[in-house]
Amino acid sequence: MVDKKRKHPKEIIKAESNALNFSYADGTQALKNINLPVYENKITALIGPSGCGKSTFLRCFNRMHDLYPGNKYDGEIILHPDNTNILDKRVDPIEVRMRISMVFQKPNPFPKSIYENVAYGLRVRGEKNKRVLDDKVEEALKGASLWDEVKKRLHDLAFNLSGGQQQRLCIARALATDPEIMLFDEPTSALDPIATMNIEELMAGLKEKLSILIVTHNMQQAARISDYTAYMYLGELVEHDKTNKVFTNPRKKETEDYITGKFG
Amino acid sequence: MAKLENPEVSPRLAKNLRRNILERCIEFGLLCSGIFAIFITLAIIYVLVSEAIPFFQHVSLYDFLTDTVWTPNYSIKHYGIMALVSGTLTTTFIALLVAVPLGTITAIYLSEFATHKVRETIKPVLELLVGVPTVVFGYFALMLVTPLLQKIYPDLTTFNMLGPGIVMGIMIVPYIASVAEDAMRAVPMAMREGAYAMGATRFQTAIKVITPAAISGIIAAYILAISRAVGETMIVAIAAGQQPNFTFNPVESAATITAYIVSVALGDLEHGGIGYQSIFAAGLTLLLMTLMFNIIGHAVRKKFAERY
Repeated sequence: MVDKKRKHPKEIIKAESNALNFSYADGTQALKNINLPVYENKITALIGPSGCGKSTFLRCFNRMHDLYPGNKYDGEIILHPDNTNILDKRVDPIEVRMRISMVFQKPNPFPKSIYENVAYGLRVRGEKNKRVLDDKVEEALKGASLWDEVKKRLHDLAFNLSGGQQQRLCIARALATDPEIMLFDEPTSALDPIATMNIEELMAGLKEKLSILIVTHNMQQAARISDYTAYMYLGELVEHDKTNKVFTNPRKKETEDYITGKFG
Repeated sequence: MAKLENPEVSPRLAKNLRRNILERCIEFGLLCSGIFAIFITLAIIYVLVSEAIPFFQHVSLYDFLTDTVWTPNYSIKHYGIMALVSGTLTTTFIALLVAVPLGTITAIYLSEFATHKVRETIKPVLELLVGVPTVVFGYFALMLVTPLLQKIYPDLTTFNMLGPGIVMGIMIVPYIASVAEDAMRAVPMAMREGAYAMGATRFQTAIKVITPAAISGIIAAYILAISRAVGETMIVAIAAGQQPNFTFNPVESAATITAYIVSVALGDLEHGGIGYQSIFAAGLTLLLMTLMFNIIGHAVRKKFAERY
């Protein structure tokens, strides 16, 4: 796999949105004709000013918008390699969410123990075997570099953890079910710089196993961690390219203005 | 106030002083209303205790708690409060058996499954049920529910504890549903999104995430329901019979503490007589029972809140 990649610098597309439009129940069109690939084992960052639609776009990937009646999708998001259109009405959103997990802006652990939080996704899938659960929980907590901090108190309430730990717990929870893509919606905006650094390091490690799509308000963060960057503005995708290209030599004037802080 | 006239005090400071005085006044007002509520409670307890003391000078606490016959107004007097407590506990238990599942399911439905429109229609209707006078519920139990139950179980007497217990349960459903629903709706949306994002279904989210998150509020709803059932008077006074009877059998007739108090208080009683005083002893028992349920409820609530 690694050799193949070296020979072929062209990346593998894990998912892509084609002509995606989205409008909310009140009629506002939040996304306009978005075409964006998400590459396998890469971090794609979505940047742009508030209200540009980057979170809305992210939440299309796990059909979060289905929770609120009246929202309308148009276009498709194809998940490779099986070419499933995530937005197809015939595709079960629960199936989608099992393959694409999400970490939210504010840590939102469940009112359960640390162990049960991580085991939640597995239990939802019907896993009952205690040994399988134990192993998976340990693996996921290690994957989220939280294991050493919590291994002695797995059955403590998750709310007793610090904010940064809670967010890593949410990552472990999302990780436990072996997702193919992980969505991060401004995962560090509620955290202090040290916790932020931990999460960023974590993401850099996670991309070995899966593909990451992250919304961030912090341009330095996008520059630090992502391989690809997409700049969105007013529901449109303005520019999408390799991160160093977007940050050093953007094609569009708007992108440059935003990145250099002239605007936004 | 002298400071106000002092020219050296800046107008801003003078303003601060006025603001502070106003603030103090408001604080005092709030404190007064708080103290007033406590005062009323203490006054009730004082009256109950002071009237119950002469009663207990007459009747030993041992007899009061162990005797199973309650006939303070007969020639052969017995003062076994358990004959009334059994009726109260039995009707309350039946009511909870009806109200807890029904109320909880209603709350889960309203909070997690119903669309906005359905919720806005059902909730006011449910709350209307709270406004039905309990005397109406009492006749409903006596004239409709008991005859219906007699069709299933012909040996049922006209006055029994089952019918009023069930009706009392129906009466309490909106209390539980409303308070529990508020508690569940107060659970942040982020929690729901988290569960859905993990691939949980609506039902799994409601049962495994939202209910435990709202558990302390849901238990508060149960506590409220218990207090309401223990204190309920008219339904049981009308439909359960007013004959004190030491039994936990729901098909028998019995009197609850409240039913006894209302029936005796309405008759001509000699002020200061033992029959009169027995009301206060019964009232004190009722108060202690409610208090006990509340304490247990709070302890359970605390325990659950810690685990989850």
